[in-house]
Order: sequence, then C-alpha cells, then structure tokens
Amino acid sequence: MIAEALFFSAVLFTIGVVGVLTRRNAIIIFMCVELMLNAVNLSFIALSRLHGSANGQVFVLFVMTIAAAEAAVGLAIIISIFRHHKSVDLRNINLLKG
Amino acid sequence: MLQDLAAAGSHPLADTAARYVGLLPLLPLAGFLVNGALSLMPAYKAGPADPSTAGHGHEASAHAGDARAGDAHAVTHGDEHGAVGDDHHVVARHKYAGVASVVGPLVLALSFGLAVMIWLAMAGAGEMTTPYVQTFFDWMVTGDLKISWAFQLDQLSMIMVLVITGVGTLIHIFSIGYMRDDPGYPRFFAYLNLFVAFMLVLVLGASYLVLFVGWEGVGLCSYLLIGFWFSEKANADAGKKAFIVNRIGDFGFLIAMFLLFANLGTLDFTSVAAAAPTLGYNSALVTTICLFFFLGCAGKSAQLPLYVWLPDAMAGPTPVSALIHAATMVTAGVYLIARSGVLFAMSPTACITVAVVGTLTALFAATIGLKQWDIKKVLAYSTISQLGYMFMGVGTGAYAAGMFHLITHAFFKALLFLGSGSVIYAMHAAYHHTGSHEDAQDMRNMGGLRKYMPVTFVLMWIATLAIAGVPPFSGFFSKDGILSAVFARAQHGALSEATWLGMPGSAVLYALYGLGLVTAFLTAIYMTRMMLYTFHGPNRTGEAEQAHLHEAPWSMTGPLVVLGVLSAVGGWLNLPVAIPLGPIGVLEKWLEPVVGAATVAVGGAVGEEVTNTEYGLIGAAVAIAILGIVVAVVKLRPAALVPKRDATPSHGFEQVLEDKYYVDEVYDDTIIKPLVSGSRNILWTGIDRGIIDSLFVNGSAVLARGVGWVGSQLQSGETGAYAWAIAIGALAVLGAFTFR
Repeated sequence: MIAEALFFSAVLFTIGVVGVLTRRNAIIIFMCVELMLNAVNLSFIALSRLHGSANGQVFVLFVMTIAAAEAAVGLAIIISIFRHHKSVDLRNINLLKG
Repeated sequence: MLQDLAAAGSHPLADTAARYVGLLPLLPLAGFLVNGALSLMPAYKAGPADPSTAGHGHEASAHAGDARAGDAHAVTHGDEHGAVGDDHHVVARHKYAGVASVVGPLVLALSFGLAVMIWLAMAGAGEMTTPYVQTFFDWMVTGDLKISWAFQLDQLSMIMVLVITGVGTLIHIFSIGYMRDDPGYPRFFAYLNLFVAFMLVLVLGASYLVLFVGWEGVGLCSYLLIGFWFSEKANADAGKKAFIVNRIGDFGFLIAMFLLFANLGTLDFTSVAAAAPTLGYNSALVTTICLFFFLGCAGKSAQLPLYVWLPDAMAGPTPVSALIHAATMVTAGVYLIARSGVLFAMSPTACITVAVVGTLTALFAATIGLKQWDIKKVLAYSTISQLGYMFMGVGTGAYAAGMFHLITHAFFKALLFLGSGSVIYAMHAAYHHTGSHEDAQDMRNMGGLRKYMPVTFVLMWIATLAIAGVPPFSGFFSKDGILSAVFARAQHGALSEATWLGMPGSAVLYALYGLGLVTAFLTAIYMTRMMLYTFHGPNRTGEAEQAHLHEAPWSMTGPLVVLGVLSAVGGWLNLPVAIPLGPIGVLEKWLEPVVGAATVAVGGAVGEEVTNTEYGLIGAAVAIAILGIVVAVVKLRPAALVPKRDATPSHGFEQVLEDKYYVDEVYDDTIIKPLVSGSRNILWTGIDRGIIDSLFVNGSAVLARGVGWVGSQLQSGETGAYAWAIAIGALAVLGAFTFR
C-alpha cells in the first residue's frame, strides 16, 4: 500500500519537474509547480497513515495554505507580466539578466 | 609599592631632602610649560627694540644704565650663522621676554639648590652602598615585563645632577644676555628648560628604559635647539642630521635593551647588576650587548663613525652648544658606560673596543680642529676629541677618571663656548652696527680682541690652559688621570691579558696611550691657535667696526667668571696620589660604591704607592702640553692672517683637514646617495609603484572586476536556466547524501 502511494507520488513529482524544466509557458510551469507540491502532499499523507501520526496531515494543511497564497501572488505576477509583454512565454522575459 | 616604600624607609637617605628627587626634573618641566605658553602668545613689540623709543617700556629701560645700552641695543642674534645668510631676522624683543628671563633661569637655580641639598644629605649620610630608589608609579605591566617609573639616586647620578643643574644654571643666566633680543626668546628658554628636564630624567632613571626616555627626550630638544632658527634651511638641515644620525645609535641602544631583557628579564639597574654574572664572563652575548650599547653612545656622544652631526649642530645658538653639545647631553654616552660598568667589566673585548674608538676619535677630531676657521667649529671638534678621551677612560675601566674628565670638561668647555659666544656677540654687534655682512664667527675676521674684551680674554686663556693640560688647571688632572689609567691597564689587569682582534691587549693599550699623548699635543696646538687668532695679533675686523667691539654685559661675563674659577680649581676634585696638594682622589672615593667593583674587575687592584713611572707619565703629559703651546706660539703668525674675504685657498693636506677629511662627502656618496637613489628607483618606482600600486591595488581591482564579470554571466535572467541549476543542484545534494 505505502509503496504504491510513494511510487505514485514520485511519478507525479517527476512529471512536475520535467514540466518546469522543459515548458516555456509561465502558466504551465506554474501548474507543474503545483503538481510537485501535491506530489509531496501525497507522500505526507501516505507516511502519516503508515506511522499513525497526524503530523503529516498537519503539514499538508500548511502546504495547501501556502500553495493557495502562492497561487494568488504568482497568478497576479503572471497577469502583470502578460499586460506588459503581451505574452507569458518565459523565453522573452529575462529582465534580471546580469 | 609598599615594599618599595619599606625598602626606602631603611635607606640612609630616607627622610632627607632626597625624597624630593622627583622635583628635580619637574621644576625645569614647569619652566618649560610656562615659557612654552609665553612663546605661544603672539607677542611682538611694535617698532625696533630700541630702549630710547617710547614704545619699548620699562623692561628695556632697566638696561639703559648698562654701558653698552647706547650702541648695542639693536643687535639681534637671530643670525649668527653669518657664513650662510645675513641679518634678516626680526629685531624685536618678545613682549614677555622679562617673564621668560626670570622663569627660565629661576627653575634651574631652584633645581640646583635642591640638588645641593640632596648632595649635602648624601654626604652627611656616610657610607652609602646601595642606591636610593624612589618608585612613583608602575609604568608598564604586561606579563613578565614590569617597568616602574622610578628614580635612582646614587653617587654617580648625584655628580651628573650637580653638573647638569649647576652648569645649566650658569648657561641659562648667560642666555639672558645673549638671546634677549631674539623674537623667539621664550621659546628658547622653553626648549632649554625641557632639555634640562629630560637630561635629569636620563641621569636619574632607575632602569634602562627610563634612561632611554630621557635619552630620546634630550635628542628631541637637541633637534629643536639646533634648528632654533629654522627659517634658514642650513640650520633646519643640521637639526635633522643630528636627529637622524642619532637614530642609528638609538637602534643600537634598543637592541642592547632587548638582549638584556630577553636574557635577564629585567631592565632595572640594580637587578641587571645582580643578574649580570649569569651572562657569562667574556661571552659573545655580553660583548654583543656592550657593543650595541656603545653604538648608542657613539651616536649620542659623537664618536667615530657617528660624530658627523656634532660640528653641524653648531648651527644652534651658542648657549645651546655650550649646554647640550659640550657640557651635558653629549656626555650621556660616557654616563651610560659608567652606569653599565658591571656589564662592560665582563667583556674585555668591548672595553678595548670602546677605548680604541675613543682614542681614534680623539686623534681624528683633533687633527680636523687644527685647520678650522670657524671659532665654534674648532670647539666642536675639540669637544669630539675630549669625548674621545672620556671614552678612553671609561673604556679602560677607569670610570672615575672618565667621569672626572666629564666634569672638568663641562667646566672648561662650557666656558670656551660661552666665551666664544661672547666674542661672536661682540663681533656681531660690530658688524651689525656698520651694516657689514662679514662672517662674525670666522677667526680670520677677529684678531687682537684682547684689547676690547679683556675679561673674556683672560677667562678663555684659563680654559685653554685647562683643556691643553697645563698644571694646575683642571684639565691637566683629569686628562692625566685617564692617560695614566690607560698606561696602568696596559701593564696589568684583565685588559692587558685579553686579546683584541688577535692583538695582545697590552700592546693595544700602549698604542692607545701613545696616541693619547699625540692627541694631547694636538689639543694644545689647536687651542693655542684659536686663542692666538682670536685675541692676539692685529685686529682684522675692519676699521669702522673696531670702534664698536666691546665686552659683553655682566649677565654674560658673570657666568664666565664662575666657570673660569671652576676650570682653574676643578682639578682638586680628584688629585692623583702622586700630587698630594690636598685630599687625594675625592671623586674616586665618592664614586667607589657605584663603579669600584667594575674598576677593579677591569683594571685590577692598584697600589697606593707612587712609582717613578707615574712621575714620568705626569712629566710627559706636562711636557707635551707645554710643547704644543710653544710650537703653536712659535709657528703660527697671527699677523700674517688676512680677513676671510681676502683669504686664498689652502693646499695639500691643509685643505684636506680644512674640509674635514671629506667624511661628509664620503658618507654622502656611499650611504646617502645610494639610499636616496635606491629608495627612489627600487623602493618607490619598483616596489611601491610597480608591485604595491600595480599588482596589489590595481591588480585586486582587476581581479574583483573579472570575478564579477564571470558571476554576471551566470545570471542569464532565463528562468529555465535557473530551474535547471536548481534541479541539478538538488540532485547533486541528494547524490552526495546517498553515496557518501
């Protein structure tokens, strides 16, 4: 049981990582980040159940809260970038170049 | 601290005037503060320093009764360096000159009074075998190092204190007349007072470090006073030269102190004397320490090869030459060796080195003195020569004889310098009066002054006979004491059995005795020459000037008279056994508790019986001195001299002597020029600009910029690149944790 849950979590996380690394659309990258967060949440839940402890679930609640806040801020940034550049393709956005 | 007090309580000098020993340097220091404050006040009187003008006030009218007030009032001594410049100094008396005239000499007189009281207490205390040490406060306490600010009174420092304050007081009084019309008058007394304060610290200090404070302090004051008329570059340069040459000597002093502390762990005189035997008799270590101390002495006391600053130091006012560069400061080296007698007694090598250097210096300087024309330069080289005699004495372990010559030299050389000051004063007044720009210090411009300045004339002849070694004047006894000590050491004692640079010590000392006699002969010649050219023969000052040549005022001749009496009778301080004209060897017995052991260790016990040899030595010394005077009188023709402006250059060896063996030029070429060009080409252009500026300063800037450029290239601004970096980094960390 635990093995399947962790395996699934790892697959989800990998999909998220690959998405972040390969895609160029800011929205998709953002979704991939959410995917990674949720993959971690899944492991937390699974391990919480394995150990019979509520700590994992508490962490998940925190992660979800932070993720919600981060989604709000992140989407706001993406919208403002879009307004400026008329695009959310990250290849065009390198204002922090040194 | 309590222990110190308890120890002091049991000392015979406790509860006597000696407890006020701290006041000795504090009094001149107070004078320095007062005079220094006065000199900082912008205070020049308007108008010329002329007593007859209304603007001059009461203070000047006090001198109106003076016989010379009518014509000499306008003289300034702002420029006695006539060879270099003209009389451009401001002729203005300082507003507070009157206060300075009182404060400057008064603090010295008080100090001298206190010194006499302490001396009376010491003489009354009977046998005093341990020094009276008074600790004021702990100066430095770190780890093993504990230096207290402590003064030490014993027979040796007492003698020095009496000489310094006594002769110092006389010279201060002389300075009133000599410097009164200088605009920097309070500043002059401030420096002079500060000098005496430091000199007293030097001789009273109970450890090498306190002594060193005084040692450096007198060096500072010497620098300030040589360059007193600093607006002329030659004077300022002379001050710098003295200071820099002395640094070389001070380096030796410091090294010697480091070695002492590293090996004995203490710098107190008493502790060093107690612990000295652990250094080992005639070991390389104790020889090194002594020779480094002697390097310091050679700088301060103007011995070969560091004597070059003293002749240039004559750029200072003449009272300074008398006080600092003849009577007191330059004898500090002699004092240091006498004080370190315990150390020197353990190293015959160092002792003979000191004696050899002293003798060679004496001879070398005496030959230069033969052909100098500047009256102060003659005296300067004579001082170097006499200091050489003192080192000959202390080098051969005849500490009492060396100190005796130090004392008598302080008398007669101060007299000679002040007398020359009086001559220069008169010459200057005369030239100033006619507006002439001739050299007031050149003997070719003098001649026949005995008619115009009879008092100075007689007194300077007394000093000349004293320095030449004619009995019964003081110099005869002290010089004879040194020469016969050298002869005795050559016959028996530790030095005669030692070897020096492979030569038997006995032979070296006999040679030194011979050279000492030759030097005595030369001394008699050059001093007689100076007197003949200055006071005898026809006058060469000039027709118009002759009317204005006159004796100095009493404030100047008064101290001269006192010094004249001392120069004449000073020999009675330490009569040799062979000449029982009074109590025998007073000074030697007085100094016995301090230097007696070291004297015996170096020279061996000397019998009291008088041998024919001793009479022979005395006879030889007297004969040599009189022969020198006779040769000078017979050979020299003052009448044939012409004034400086008409003089033709000399030839051959005479010119070499007149140009002082070109030592300054040799130093310039071999040391100063390579040093300057090396500093400029290697240190400045090569190292400072080439390596430090280019490589380190600019190089580090270039490096930082390069690293920054590389870093900036990493910041692509591409989110994808950052994501890859994070991913790879995370993998690397995970991998490191997994496969470690």
